Amino acid sequence: MERRSGLILAIVIWLIGAGVVMMGARTWLPPLASEHGAGIDAMINFTMTATGGLILLGHIVLGLFVWKFSRQDKITFRLAGPRMERRWSLAVALLVAAIAEGGVLVIGLPVWAKVYDTASPANALIIEVTTEQFAWNVRYAGPDGVFGRADPKRYSLDNVLGQDPDDPAGRDDIVDLNMIHVEVNRPVLIRLRSKDVLHGFFLPHLRVKQDSVPGMKIDFWFVPNKTGSFELACAELCGLGHYEMRGVLVVMTPDEFRKWKEEKRNG
Amino acid sequence: MAELAHGVHRPRSFIARYVFSTDHKVIGIQYMITAMFMAIAGGALAMIVRMQLAWPGEKWRLLGKMFPDGVEGDIMKPEFYLSLMTMHGTIMIFFVVSLALIGGFGNFLIPLQIGARDMAFPFLNMLSFWTIVPACLIMLGSFAVEGGAAQAGWTAYPPLSAVGAAVPGSQWGQTLWILGMALFIASFTMGGLNFVCTILDQRTKGMSLMRMPITIWTLFISSAIGLLAFPPLLAAAILLLFDRHFGTSFFLPSGLYFGNGLLPNSGGTPLLWQHLFWFLGHPEVYVLILPALGITLDMLPVFSRKPVFGYRLTVYCLYAIAALSMIVWGHHMYVSGMSPYIGEFFAIGTLSITVPSAIIGVNMIASLWGGSLRFPTPMLFTIGTIIMFGTGGFGGIFLGNATSDIQLHDTYFVVGHFHLMIGGVTLMAAFAGVYYWFPKMFGRMMNETLGKLHFWVTMPAFYVLFLAQHFQGLGGMPRRYFDFDKFEYLQKVAAANLHVSLTAFVLGAVQFVFLFNFFWSAFKGARSVKNPWCATTLEWTEASPAPHGNWGEQLPEVHRWPYDYSVPGAAEDFTPQTAPATVAPVTF
Amino acid sequence: MEAAIETREAYWEGGRGPFGIGWSKLMMWLFIVTDGLVFAGFLAIYGFLRIASPNWPDRSHIFHLDFIALMTFTLITSSATMATAVGAARKGDRKTVGRFLALTIVGGAAFLGMQAYEWSSLIRAGATLEANPWGAPLFGACFFIITGFHGSHVLSGLIVLAITMARSAAGKSRPAGIELAGLYWHFVDLVWVFVFTLFYLI
Repeated sequence: MERRSGLILAIVIWLIGAGVVMMGARTWLPPLASEHGAGIDAMINFTMTATGGLILLGHIVLGLFVWKFSRQDKITFRLAGPRMERRWSLAVALLVAAIAEGGVLVIGLPVWAKVYDTASPANALIIEVTTEQFAWNVRYAGPDGVFGRADPKRYSLDNVLGQDPDDPAGRDDIVDLNMIHVEVNRPVLIRLRSKDVLHGFFLPHLRVKQDSVPGMKIDFWFVPNKTGSFELACAELCGLGHYEMRGVLVVMTPDEFRKWKEEKRNG
Repeated sequence: MAELAHGVHRPRSFIARYVFSTDHKVIGIQYMITAMFMAIAGGALAMIVRMQLAWPGEKWRLLGKMFPDGVEGDIMKPEFYLSLMTMHGTIMIFFVVSLALIGGFGNFLIPLQIGARDMAFPFLNMLSFWTIVPACLIMLGSFAVEGGAAQAGWTAYPPLSAVGAAVPGSQWGQTLWILGMALFIASFTMGGLNFVCTILDQRTKGMSLMRMPITIWTLFISSAIGLLAFPPLLAAAILLLFDRHFGTSFFLPSGLYFGNGLLPNSGGTPLLWQHLFWFLGHPEVYVLILPALGITLDMLPVFSRKPVFGYRLTVYCLYAIAALSMIVWGHHMYVSGMSPYIGEFFAIGTLSITVPSAIIGVNMIASLWGGSLRFPTPMLFTIGTIIMFGTGGFGGIFLGNATSDIQLHDTYFVVGHFHLMIGGVTLMAAFAGVYYWFPKMFGRMMNETLGKLHFWVTMPAFYVLFLAQHFQGLGGMPRRYFDFDKFEYLQKVAAANLHVSLTAFVLGAVQFVFLFNFFWSAFKGARSVKNPWCATTLEWTEASPAPHGNWGEQLPEVHRWPYDYSVPGAAEDFTPQTAPATVAPVTF
Repeated sequence: MEAAIETREAYWEGGRGPFGIGWSKLMMWLFIVTDGLVFAGFLAIYGFLRIASPNWPDRSHIFHLDFIALMTFTLITSSATMATAVGAARKGDRKTVGRFLALTIVGGAAFLGMQAYEWSSLIRAGATLEANPWGAPLFGACFFIITGFHGSHVLSGLIVLAITMARSAAGKSRPAGIELAGLYWHFVDLVWVFVFTLFYLI
């Protein structure tokens, strides 16, 4: 009876281990479209491979123990000495720690530092994104490179960004809704603000995610390196329209981008 | 003297015995049954969530009748969906797992396993339970108020949770949520004080700290973490209440614009809430998971007939986890706009938790080595716990790492991870514990056939369900979405939602087998002997069910650690803790 | 082999621990730690908001430090009278216990009265939870909530003391009970020292 249960359980455990690894070996991440994203993917893939191996090993061992020791009526090993306990525990713990801590120190934090601690290059295209329930308001500085003044006190249905009509710097600003147009291979600096609640600026293909927090102005940058349209999703619960707060990042060649800007200014 | 008085005085009336009882065993069972009731409610919410995700936009007649506001014209509204997932999380974390593991097993086991007559302060214990009951009612009742139950997620991030205009559930539902949580914290504090004092002060003769079963260690450490972590949340909840109703702006900065007007608030910041919430929230998950690990480690020796591997090391690791859990809350906030340097600190700190956790995992598997394994239902669930703990734990390495968390934060990867850990590990261990200690609670055994059926559906279904969510998360599927139709890139990964939902329905349905087994066996199950599992710990030296005041005239005296199985030279393959060294050698 | 792995634990005799203080005192200490952490949470929030705010009001324009010093002195004196009452209870001197418990209650009540006076004068000057005439609106919120939370602790302490006094007068209370009430009262006073320092001195 115990032998049969042990065998069945062991088979299920082995199947689970094999199943996890088979599923994990598939490609899950959306196709990559940014420069720093390669580092994030390397981090995820390293952890996937390492933990996949450990999961497989763990399930094989667990299944083996369950099967083997369900077959004996008397125990064959009773109490380990403290030294043996320490050795086995520490060996495995250090292996796991090496994977976890080693991974984050060697692969992870350099990428993290590049994403968050490094100032954006001078040629970065600066875009203001102001989130509100449930839309992305996008603003470009225009040819003068200066954003016009904006003040929450001027918020209204017609003036969603609270722009100051008397400020000359603001006259050539380009304002757009839910569409962000950028140039391929040129760094993009996003200046993120929120008008009401928390939102999350999530570009899954570009491995970009940043919460927008009311009362804060958060700058971050990335380099899109593929042309095309990429969806922008909200990744922080923001209310009943959270699920339909969709934007699009359009990555264009420099020529296309110039044309788009001109059209936008004239139209 | 006072202790003896407990033992002699046994209440007669039904109400004093089963309703307003001060007996820790009755209170433990009351907690357990309350947790089951709340689990039906919380589980039903999850089922409705999965219905929406499987068949978005479908018409639901019955739901339309039950919730005419939330399911208008038989079609679910997004705000109702948000209420469902918010309350599912809150109920499951605080009112099911906490109640079952800490309230249920904590109350039932602590005095019985350390050889005490009752908790240190039985009246406070009763008060603790009767504070939880109104909290449960408030949480459930919040579905009936204007605007529906809270909709800001179980994390209740402001401004969404602070401003009534932000979402309908932030009108009255959120206020009730805060009141319910405040009552929960009060109840947990009363219970936690009792647990810590009882364990430190009421142990019987010979029960030194290093002779306590690991379950007691974990309950002790969980209560201690809870006592340290809940107060700041209480402070934060009070301030959130003031922000909501009295015009203060602790969590609200200037320039908030809702509908068609600017709010007058200024000076606060939403990040403050996140820090305070996670200062509690992260230790809280250890509060839940540690007792589950303790139960697992205690179950393994019984069903492998040999001592647990690495007892001392496990205890030190529990301390290490407890200490680390208090300083890693920031790993929930990597992309929140917090300083990136702090993020690096939190990443390194978080990943160092893998060391004690991995040691505990190794100890579990190594405990099987050389044993003579038996597989009644409790042992099956114990093996299930180990599987969940392994996979779930490795998922944590992705999320604790700030770099991979950029992509995975707030996706279904997180959902899958914490369901495996604080859903899978805790529930599997709780099931193991219920099947195992049921004879001590009711003097009867639970039905094995039904138990095995329960396991063989629950474990695979649970695992597959939440493993799948990890992969959906890798595909970039954000959590807390009402519908995935709006995004093109999600079509492929969201297609699995139907299968995930079907698995969830099977998982939900099979829990009724357990509930039936529990209540049927309590009255009609086969009578149990005093020590059906041939176990060594103290509770099995008392009658099943144990009478009020435990052990009658003479408290037991302890002579050995709780894992003396298969002692060489002993007559039987288990030597109870009460057996003196003359009966069998003391081996630890 | 296995005999070598014997335990080196000191033998546990059962009963009181740790430090032989008994569960009730231990529980009171732990409760004080927990309650202290609620205050720590509040004060940490206050500290953060104050440092982050550019226009936090200048305390010297708002408070009359002489009056606050008198308030603080009253409360600390009540701690001293409480200590005397606890000492007398240990010796079994019920008369002294009653007298000094009464003095403690008078001290606590006087403190609450002075706090009520201070609140009302601030409210008259225009301070509310939402705004105040001196600067950052959060000043009023922090001040009223934290001193109010402390005041509610003083009030509950007074109720506990009144019950203890009544029980002591009836000869029903044990010295340990009076000691517990004393512990709580000292805690409430100690918290005030922090509140006093962080609001009025810095």
